[in-house]
Amino acid sequence: MAERMLMKGNEALAEAAIRAGCRFYAGYPITPQSEVPEYMSRRMPEVGGVFIQAESEVATVNMLYGAGGAGARVMTSSSSPGISLMQEGISYMAGAEVPGVFVNMMRGGPGLGDISPSQGDYFQATKGGGHGDYRLIVLAPGSIQEMVELMQDAFDLADKYRNPVMVVGDGMLGQMMEPVTMPPMRDLSTLPAKPWATTGAAGRKKNIINSLELDPYVLEKHVQSLKAKFDQMQATEQRHDTYLIDDAEIVVVAYGTVSRVARSAIDAVRGEGIKAGLFRPITLWPWPEVALARVVESGRVKAFLVAEMSTGQMIEDVRLTVSGRVPVHFYGRYAGVVPTPKELAGVIQNLQAQLK
Amino acid sequence: MAEPVMEVVARPPESMEDVPLHYCPGCTHGIIHRLVAEVIDELGIREKTIGVASVGCSVLNYNYFKTDFQQAAHGRAPAVATGIKRVHPDKIVFTYQGDGDLASIGTAEIVHAAMRGEKITVIFVNNAVYGMTSGQMAPTTLVGQKTTTSPRGRSVEGQGYPIRMSEMLATLQTPAYIARVAVTDPGKVHRAKLAIRKAFRTQLEGKAFSLVEIISTCPVNWGMTPNEAIAWANQNMLAYYPLGEIKVPPEVS
Repeated sequence: MAERMLMKGNEALAEAAIRAGCRFYAGYPITPQSEVPEYMSRRMPEVGGVFIQAESEVATVNMLYGAGGAGARVMTSSSSPGISLMQEGISYMAGAEVPGVFVNMMRGGPGLGDISPSQGDYFQATKGGGHGDYRLIVLAPGSIQEMVELMQDAFDLADKYRNPVMVVGDGMLGQMMEPVTMPPMRDLSTLPAKPWATTGAAGRKKNIINSLELDPYVLEKHVQSLKAKFDQMQATEQRHDTYLIDDAEIVVVAYGTVSRVARSAIDAVRGEGIKAGLFRPITLWPWPEVALARVVESGRVKAFLVAEMSTGQMIEDVRLTVSGRVPVHFYGRYAGVVPTPKELAGVIQNLQAQLK
Repeated sequence: MAEPVMEVVARPPESMEDVPLHYCPGCTHGIIHRLVAEVIDELGIREKTIGVASVGCSVLNYNYFKTDFQQAAHGRAPAVATGIKRVHPDKIVFTYQGDGDLASIGTAEIVHAAMRGEKITVIFVNNAVYGMTSGQMAPTTLVGQKTTTSPRGRSVEGQGYPIRMSEMLATLQTPAYIARVAVTDPGKVHRAKLAIRKAFRTQLEGKAFSLVEIISTCPVNWGMTPNEAIAWANQNMLAYYPLGEIKVPPEVS
């Protein structure tokens, strides 16, 4: 039965993970996501799961590698500097095909930066982050309800592809409260079997979780098989959402918190007769290029406006898809500053004036 | 004509794969692998044991043991083992780590796994150098010992005295069993096996963290013959790293 409750983003995603069958959480405190480990420390023992406060983010990701390799649904959460420390382990998990879910409540950087909302880790999440040739499915919710739903998908996708999945939010999504409807608790016996996991070689050949292969020709074959998975993700997992886009001449491209600011800005300028709409990527990787290309090919769009809480990262993917057919403009606030709807409406108005 | 009567008087442990090991001539990893495998056989736990390989000369040891295995990033084997053991508390989980892995890059993970009292067994092979990368100085390199990154010999000024991991970990209250043994003569090999068995039994009985440090040799990187290396280890390593049980739970016999 669906339950409607008012929850803080960080707590909602933690409960959503447990409902999705997560029974292993390791993490390290860092603002603005410390409510996640706090919630998990209370909740995991109630469902027979494991909570560990690790000694570092480096240890955290390797605990996930062990527990995920042993067959559990595993997750951690952190914020930008902590996610940087996990990159080596994420690469190992991708190489050894260990599923796991990572939540990054992004904060302003670089370096220690600040603790305010940011989208400065787009490149890190979508273009590698760790070493070697791998990809992550990166999910970017725009509301707490969507975050709860995407947490279910994150665990399913991680298991389906035997690959880590990242969910990116920011300090705003983590800290604010919204009403949410929680999905029911998953029956663990219905989750996919993991015959590859390290469970003790009783009556079967031994299982090995490993990313090492010293023969480059053999490793090349392994990486080819990883690539086949990434190709399949690109072909089948692109997701996006739109708002008032059917007649739009100016299309704002924004995800997460900024997409909400953009909706308010679009509502405001629509009142003045400006035909503005929103294209919101939900998967940052695979990049929703098919849908965005269709918007370009409609011929109606006179300009794109990419709005990010960064100095311009996602804009590179927008430009690749638009491929010079329509001008692509940029508006960014960064280092923890969130643009206001009024501010963004002003940018759209200026753009409209240039188009005339 | 009567068939010749054949009797098996010795055989490799069931828990070891029948494949050649890649280790250098005179290396003691082979002895230690065999001791671990014999203990797993004798305790009858092969089908419930999960090993964790580390980075170093023993990185490929998942090819040599006939148990489930996970290969860990450099230094992180205790964290990986923590994840496995917490998911499968009824299984036996061990790590196999060298001194570069455990005593340098992995100090945080080993200290905190020991502090939490993770019910895992750590096989810690100390040969005082980085073997796989061809003989650089380790935190365990003896004062005065020449390596490729301490060509004038390790000096106390700037490099300090070597780290005694077992004694340091034994200052923690939680660990159950910590011992230092060597495989540098047959009597010591026998005592090493007894310690390894005790460490695995500690885990089987549900007690906290157990670790066996094993003083080992690296003839190739020490620039010695195997016999010279054994003699050097007995004379110099054991003087700095005394053998014996450092922390023992009274109930484990």
